[in-house]
Amino acid sequence: MLLQMKGITKAYGGVIANKHVDFSLKKGEVHALVGENGAGKTTLMRILYGMETPTDGSITLNGKPLQFSSPADAIANGIGMVHQHFMLYPSFTIAENIVIGREPRRFGFINQFRAISEVAELSRQYGMPVDPRRVIGDCSLGVQQRVEILKVLHQGAEIIILDEPTGVLTPLEVKELLESVRRLARSGKSFIIITHKLQEVMDVADRITVLRDGEVTGAVDASGTNVDELSRLMVGRDLVNLQRKEQTPGQPILELEGITLAGSGSKPVLDHINLSVHAGEIVGIAGISGNGQSELLQVISGLAKPDAGALRLQGKDIKDASVRQIREQGLAHIPEDRYQWGVAKEATVADNGLMGHTDRYTKYGLIKGGKVREMVRGWVERFSIKTGSLDTKAQHLSGGNLQKLIVARELEHRSPFLIAAEPTRGVDVGAMEVIHGELLKRRDDGGAVLLVSSELTEVLKLSDRILVMYEGRIVGETRAEEASEERISLWMAGGKRQ
Amino acid sequence: MDLLLDATLYSSTLRAVTPILLAALGGALCARVGLFNVGLEGLILIGAFSAIVGNHLTGNIWLALLFAMTCVMMFSLLFAYMTIHLKANVIVVGVALNFLALGLTTFSLRAIFDVKGSYVDRNMVGLPRWEIPLIHDIPWIGRVVSGHSPLVYFGLLMVVLLYVYMFRTVSGFRLRAAGENPIASRSLGIRVTQYQYGAMIACGALCGLAGAQLSLGQLTLFTEGMTNGRGFIALVATMLGQSNPLGVGASSLLFGFMGSLSTRLQGMALPTQFTSMLPFVVTLLAMFFFRNKSQLADARRSNESSR
Repeated sequence: MLLQMKGITKAYGGVIANKHVDFSLKKGEVHALVGENGAGKTTLMRILYGMETPTDGSITLNGKPLQFSSPADAIANGIGMVHQHFMLYPSFTIAENIVIGREPRRFGFINQFRAISEVAELSRQYGMPVDPRRVIGDCSLGVQQRVEILKVLHQGAEIIILDEPTGVLTPLEVKELLESVRRLARSGKSFIIITHKLQEVMDVADRITVLRDGEVTGAVDASGTNVDELSRLMVGRDLVNLQRKEQTPGQPILELEGITLAGSGSKPVLDHINLSVHAGEIVGIAGISGNGQSELLQVISGLAKPDAGALRLQGKDIKDASVRQIREQGLAHIPEDRYQWGVAKEATVADNGLMGHTDRYTKYGLIKGGKVREMVRGWVERFSIKTGSLDTKAQHLSGGNLQKLIVARELEHRSPFLIAAEPTRGVDVGAMEVIHGELLKRRDDGGAVLLVSSELTEVLKLSDRILVMYEGRIVGETRAEEASEERISLWMAGGKRQ
Repeated sequence: MDLLLDATLYSSTLRAVTPILLAALGGALCARVGLFNVGLEGLILIGAFSAIVGNHLTGNIWLALLFAMTCVMMFSLLFAYMTIHLKANVIVVGVALNFLALGLTTFSLRAIFDVKGSYVDRNMVGLPRWEIPLIHDIPWIGRVVSGHSPLVYFGLLMVVLLYVYMFRTVSGFRLRAAGENPIASRSLGIRVTQYQYGAMIACGALCGLAGAQLSLGQLTLFTEGMTNGRGFIALVATMLGQSNPLGVGASSLLFGFMGSLSTRLQGMALPTQFTSMLPFVVTLLAMFFFRNKSQLADARRSNESSR
């Protein structure tokens, strides 16, 4: 055993984050640590990485008992961590980002030439291509992730902890990352991957430890388990298998004809988009993020004005309407980036719930506070949103709970048309189940839903019709019954329309 | 045209630019570690006053410089302690420091020298003028470049030295890292607060010299509030130069030139009030053209879909 953590307990005041957790890691192994948000995965790894001191328990590395008091200690002992939110310096080059902390130097001066050659050598050795001279802020998130791993390798890590590594990556980048992890594991590095994406776990892990409410509920070999068993261990019950009812769509609610949006480059960001969403139908847009989906949603919701084309909501032209007029015409919007568009981080749960509902909840220019709290309290119960109180600041909620708050708020509009963009990004299995259920319910009640997601499984599960976007165009369309994952993947990668 | 070719215009530009440049370089150091120092004005003022006091007490110009640097370093240490240790808002502390400096120097002027408004001592020796051999004899150029106080040359030298420090040395690299992402830097074992204190103290030393140039460089006198907005112009130079020493040097030169030009234009029948607006009009125009690029980048990024 390379690493052994025994009886780890960590209490913050009265809250117990880890309760007698045992965890072990073999050399050359990929060990996944799964669990819902708040199950204590990150706490356990922060303890290992020297960022937290355990209340109780012991850690042994290579048979020697250890106690790290800082990440620098952990790094010195060959443990590296890639954090969920990258620890990079946007204005520095890739080489600088990798060598920082152990710069090649001569008389106190940085040897840039050697830094670049060291990084180039490292990137070749581990088969993770990067251009050392590029400024990292201009690179895609996939490259940034790669740089984070190279940085940890440069620090001489033998054990690499990846915290939610795939949350922000495109499917192709995920695939590349998982391949790199497997390759590095074969060369003798050991990995701990914190995640709640079970399919990825099954693809990459050798062993899996499941945490629920701070306790280990299972430690299994990947070969001897399956996604259903894992999710049962994670959630503590069987997940409801969602079924879409057969239903004939009604009249068109949203219609786009030849919508074009010129970008800053030579190619238009949106190129003659035609699509319609009917009542009682979920239309899913698949595609690798960055192929115009965000811009499409901005055009529909009025945040950006198209250069050409027609745009109708419930038969009314909304091309030149303001965001507010469009919302009044019948649009609700679960935005793709909840922190940027969805909530005000500094505002309370109740205030965030009120946003968009102010007209209904004001009288003589004053907010009807009691009524608002009643409404938000209702959501908290129905969606089991975990929050301290209605006065907790939104930033203190976990991603999943925040997303449930946003979904509840937007559903409350009971609008004929709903945009759901990346509705379950970074959300745990339990919350995902709730959100998916609500979206299907809205459809069954005759609502029109436009779903945009970079998770193909999500699109396949929920949609009645699937459109694929590539480089600002719709390159493929299929009914859900006839959809095959292979064909959609091909379209997503830019393959021809059939 | 004659006006623009006159060597004395450029010679006075170099003199005028020195306090701004030294302070702006200090400001750039602070900005690089994430502490936006709006207290430059106050720090220069304390430097100007303590240089006079040092000169008065010791009678030695070099000891006076040392005294000024030490005094201002003490004040920047106070600034650093409040913003880094007590986590007070940088802007608030900076503004408070400016008022403290104004009040304290005015009060001390009366307490120590027993005068109001300004203090002049005819026997006091100011900073020497260095005539540079060889260059001194070149026509026109000699008149512009030669015959300044050592601090003028020191300021120009510091531009280069700080540039090399920031972008070529390991220590400078980590200083920039500490400012750009303190959390990541801490996780790598980089001592962020140490760099912050270091930058603040260095900024204090530079502002001390800036003040000394002001009170001992041209005339040897101290006047209440004699910085007269130079600290704020230095702040703008810091921002305009994007906290890059070369950029800061260039923008300081621009402001220094505008300052000298406006003084010169006063001799030419233009109203004083109008010509003294010139540096500030240029500042506004400059801000208009050189937008903060990082803000633009942020805005662009926020429209991207990935993340």
